[in-house]
Amino acid sequence: MNNLLSVNSIRFIVLVLIQVLIFNHINFMGYINPYPYILFIALFPVKSNRAIIILSSFLLGLIIDMFLDSGGIHAAACVFIAYVRPIILKFSFGTMYEHHNIKFGAVDFGSKITYITLLVILHHIILFSLEIFSLPKVILVLQKTLFSSIFTILLSIIITIIFSRKSK
Amino acid sequence: MQQIINFIIRNKNFLLFLLLFSISILFTIQSHSYHKSKFINSANFLTGSIYNSANNISIYLNLRSQNKLLFEENKRLKSLLYNLESSIKTNHSDSLNVPYYFSNAQVIKNNYSAPDNVLLINKGTNDSIKQDFGVITTEGIVGIINEISGNYATVISILNTTSSISAQLKKTNHIGSLTWNAKDPAFVQLTDIPKIAPVVIGDTIITSGRSSIFPKNIPIGTIAYFNLDAAENYYEINVKLFNDMTNLEHVYIIENINKPEITNLLNE
Repeated sequence: MNNLLSVNSIRFIVLVLIQVLIFNHINFMGYINPYPYILFIALFPVKSNRAIIILSSFLLGLIIDMFLDSGGIHAAACVFIAYVRPIILKFSFGTMYEHHNIKFGAVDFGSKITYITLLVILHHIILFSLEIFSLPKVILVLQKTLFSSIFTILLSIIITIIFSRKSK
Repeated sequence: MQQIINFIIRNKNFLLFLLLFSISILFTIQSHSYHKSKFINSANFLTGSIYNSANNISIYLNLRSQNKLLFEENKRLKSLLYNLESSIKTNHSDSLNVPYYFSNAQVIKNNYSAPDNVLLINKGTNDSIKQDFGVITTEGIVGIINEISGNYATVISILNTTSSISAQLKKTNHIGSLTWNAKDPAFVQLTDIPKIAPVVIGDTIITSGRSSIFPKNIPIGTIAYFNLDAAENYYEINVKLFNDMTNLEHVYIIENINKPEITNLLNE
């Protein structure tokens, strides 16, 4: 349990630092930035209390907002995906989730992609609608969501592959 | 009573989610108005020092281009100095009468990809920086100081959809306001220039000096293209900025010493 706590705290700090110091300065084609810091929420232990994940996601979003001077948009998006995470888990992993024995290192690759994709797209839609905050610019929101999502999903999957412990 | 407590316990996750979600929305709405983002801004000790140490490393990457900019400015100032030397000698009695005070700072966080961009500089209340001071580079304007802590301050960039700065044509005195449509960091939009004004592509846009934040005659950019707005009464002008907002390092902060007097007068 103690080990779990330290792993998650280190992941929290490292993901925040990488996000604000590297990934926010990529500006691919002018405005496309990936947001792989939400891997923290994606990889949060499944068995833990729901209140804890919602609270820590809020904290994560708020710290990112503080660094990026963006008000509360990241906090809102993070809280939302933390709240709906069980539904997405059930959808993408099916019965495995109901028995509460998901190990993210050892799941089927296809369902892992579904899981990350759903989380990222939900997060980005909320993030960019709040960032742009105007109804006439719906096209811009969708465009930003699409491009950033592709970028984030690719990066997230690469990161999980690189840092997954070999299960033998 | 029992039922209410039961309801809260049963839905505690949903209520927690609702609470935190509304707090975030509140912060988001607050950040859209000036001087309201009190808690969530990067001008605090934690974010400021992290950005500062990251900047200490990345500063080496563009030393060459920054050196060139400063060199160009030195050259310009030198020529001004030698041309003015004779006239200064004759009337140095009113040297205390300058209404604008300049101080320098470094940008430690630059941002230009979001619709509402905010910069972070390494000067704060310890260097007598206050809200609503103007920030410029050697080439053009950058923005206005928003939130301040001891050693850091955030700057609302001109590349921010909430920013609006008074600007005018250099040739005539037609005044409009400078806004950004969140599309290209090299172009800003000048609106409210009346149809009667002689607008020509390539003309220079300068600050108007009406807002008491920026002095008059600071260059902003040149007219790239323009068209009439929907009602056909005003021009909407696309201005190509002189300074490259994606490559900012050394900036100057302008303090208008007469500003308290001017605002007092206007409020009466």
